[in-house]
Amino acid sequence: MLWNIALEFFLLFLFIWFRNLPQYTNFKMLAILLATIVLHLTDLIILFISTCANAWRTDGVANYDLWYDCTQRNGGYNCRGTNDADWLQAVQALMVLATIFCLISFIFFLCQLFTLVKGGRFFFTAVFQVLASLFVMSGAIIYTVMSPEWKNENDTYGYAFVLAWLAFPLTLISGFIYIVLRKKE
Amino acid sequence: MLSVLALTSVVLLGIASQITAIVVYTSWERHALVGSDVRLSCSFFSWQWTSPDVTFSWQYRPDGAKEGISIFHYGGGAAYVDNKGPFRDRLEFVGNPSRRDGSILIKNLDFSDNGTFTCDAKNPPDIVGRPSSVRLLVFEKVPVQAGVVTGAIIGVVLGLLILIVAIYYLMRFLVARRVFSLSMSKHGKKGKGKEGSQQKQAGPLK
Repeated sequence: MLWNIALEFFLLFLFIWFRNLPQYTNFKMLAILLATIVLHLTDLIILFISTCANAWRTDGVANYDLWYDCTQRNGGYNCRGTNDADWLQAVQALMVLATIFCLISFIFFLCQLFTLVKGGRFFFTAVFQVLASLFVMSGAIIYTVMSPEWKNENDTYGYAFVLAWLAFPLTLISGFIYIVLRKKE
Repeated sequence: MLSVLALTSVVLLGIASQITAIVVYTSWERHALVGSDVRLSCSFFSWQWTSPDVTFSWQYRPDGAKEGISIFHYGGGAAYVDNKGPFRDRLEFVGNPSRRDGSILIKNLDFSDNGTFTCDAKNPPDIVGRPSSVRLLVFEKVPVQAGVVTGAIIGVVLGLLILIVAIYYLMRFLVARRVFSLSMSKHGKKGKGKEGSQQKQAGPLK
């Protein structure tokens, strides 16, 4: 129910935005623009889920990491603190920074779409997107390298970990697209 | 008018000193390494002047024990430290009672010193108040608290970002001023990256 309302608002916003956009009579340009926006939004959503979901590690029943590591035992919760895992806090920070930079680059993209001169490149958008991909890469690498000594024997990596590794090439590709993309017409 | 105001405030203060109690301040929690010294601070707020009969008492309750034992007392101008209990020869009074400071120093900590220290201060005639407790945690290695590293990294990176943006705008502003005073035509060179801003600024020169 709420999703329908949100979708309607999103479509209305898109409609109004496209009416104010400079006239992209060329269908190919419009397709490229839409594809770029969709890719960027996908990146943003993946980064959000990977950062906020507490599911970097799972033992089949419960999810642990990145934010808390609590198991239920005899009716009460027993939580392991991140005090002796400085690298885990570094991974938290890097994921949050990557999400923030991806969001900033999307806002920059929307701004530069209107303010850029003809033939100009989306420079700042590309910079922030590439930085976001570097942060995600660093976070995922740190977690991959340090987690064997942190997790239990029969734990496997959760879906948020997979999403983080997926976000890295997607954001890098998106960044390169912005480096190559020129504002035409 | 001013004298009425002064009189009212004095009367209110007098009333307030009768209805408010003494408030004792200590830290919430102290972390320390094994073998080090830790200073437990205790201070108080009271509407009365600091009396010469001010008293400070420290009580220690180990983790898991129900009752506490008294380990320090200052009264009548003299300090009495623990000479029989777990802190004998390790406790030192480093406070200044005339400045409302009743801090103690515990030397050479051990794991058995984990527990709650309660400070009770009395400033006659202001004696109604609650004592305040500080928890002592003794570690072999002081851990980094949750979120400190996270917040530090995020703060540093965002701070650098804001700094770089500020420097960028500052450089643009300075270059614009130099172009204005030297009247050199630099606007043709950097069209790509600066998004035509210098074109706009070099406009009135032409």
